[in-house]
Amino acid sequence: MSLATIADQEVHVDDEGFLTEYDEWNEELARQLAANIGIDLEGRHMEAIRFLREDFKSEGETATLRRVTTLSGIPTKELFQLFPKKPAKKMAYIAGLPKPTGCV
Amino acid sequence: MVANRLRRRLPEGEWTITVVDQDPEHHYQPGYLLIPFGVYDPSMVVKPKRKFLPKGVNTILQEIDLVEPEMNRVRMADGTTLDYDELVIATGVSPRPDQTPGMVGSEWRNTVFDFYTKEGATALADKLRTWDGGRLVVHISEMPIKCPVAPLEFAFLADSFFEERGMRDRVEMTYVTPLEGAFTKPVASKRLGAMLDERKIKLESDFYIESIDNEKKALVSFDEREIQFDLLVTVPVNTGADFIGRSGLGNELNCVPVDNGTFQSTSWDNIFALGDAADIPTSKAGSVAHFAIELFTENFIQHINGDEMTHNFDGHANCFVESGEGKAMLIDFNYDTQPLPGKYPVPGLGPLSLMKETRLNHHGKLMFRWVYWNALLPGRRLPVPALMSMAGKEVVEE
Repeated sequence: MSLATIADQEVHVDDEGFLTEYDEWNEELARQLAANIGIDLEGRHMEAIRFLREDFKSEGETATLRRVTTLSGIPTKELFQLFPKKPAKKMAYIAGLPKPTGCV
Repeated sequence: MVANRLRRRLPEGEWTITVVDQDPEHHYQPGYLLIPFGVYDPSMVVKPKRKFLPKGVNTILQEIDLVEPEMNRVRMADGTTLDYDELVIATGVSPRPDQTPGMVGSEWRNTVFDFYTKEGATALADKLRTWDGGRLVVHISEMPIKCPVAPLEFAFLADSFFEERGMRDRVEMTYVTPLEGAFTKPVASKRLGAMLDERKIKLESDFYIESIDNEKKALVSFDEREIQFDLLVTVPVNTGADFIGRSGLGNELNCVPVDNGTFQSTSWDNIFALGDAADIPTSKAGSVAHFAIELFTENFIQHINGDEMTHNFDGHANCFVESGEGKAMLIDFNYDTQPLPGKYPVPGLGPLSLMKETRLNHHGKLMFRWVYWNALLPGRRLPVPALMSMAGKEVVEE
């Protein structure tokens, strides 16, 4: 774990750059994190990100794609358009959450 | 296993134990893998369940409609009900080919096969006996699946099978997975990825299936990649039992959210979910269920005595990985520690080797079928610890 400065804010990140402190996240930070991976954060992106943040608060783990689709109502196809190639990983990165561990 | 262990520990005058099951047969599921290659005959993986249940346990052969947790009651498909003080759910997960559009289409069991059912594995054995080559695609639909190493084993064994038949050069093999690499955990993923490479099996990762196109004979992903096949061996989406969903006890895959250490439902104090039916973040594997039940038994006794449950499970899993040519590899891991190289179960001595392909590991796997029927199901203790140990393991750079 190390410190990084993102959007002029000092935050804790792991060696892949994922935020490690839930409370250090905010939407300004999310915009910069998204820009880091070539995503221009818009309304529909934020809907998914906010769902992930809320769900993590109650469940203590990052939602899988199926969970996002089932509970937020955003179709999987659209998630792949919003966050190309690796939506689960990219959403977690932007939402300041750990990589989903649903896969063991 | 639960009924066998608890019957020994709970006085018959105080506790009645009832097992509700919809299937009179027990299948040795690890054996499915060896059916397609003609190593096992389908009859070798089936025995009647009654042989494994102890005296003093009632059995009801019925499908469950739903559980009504607020009434402490189970409702059967025929409308009868069963009241409980404590409920243990161990209904596992099942492959659901119907969850992917086009999977159960015109090509189902023609060029599209599964091997996680006795019927699927048997149909695939018939197909492989006469198949003369082409594009073979081995595919995982979505994680988690039971026995997450089995599709890799299938690929390794298929490579070996075609080699022996002198037709390996006529088969183009691709391994398609929704994961980023060959496996979930970094060190094992690297090792297993290299094993695919060595066998000239192409890896297609981050592939999240949307549908199967029966006309083109192709897998189609949500990001619009297409992979054509002449023979597809797929692992369908795995879900928990439908009654769990109907009862409001499950997550989006009908697995029951439980405490990772005690398997107690996060919603109901008198409901526990064991094995694949639970949503714990470790492999859905027989070894996990076996280790978990040892600790569960102790916890359950504390629980019914009104004490705090102190035997926390660590997610311990231990899996043989068949790698072809009469060899196998062994991996041992838990919630926090990924599979590492070393010796097992005795540190330094083994005799089994972790993360390495050996003949002895392969014999260990074949012997396990005997252990399973004769020691595991009857609930006997095996001479290996339930919690994972770091002794005998080497820490390596990722």
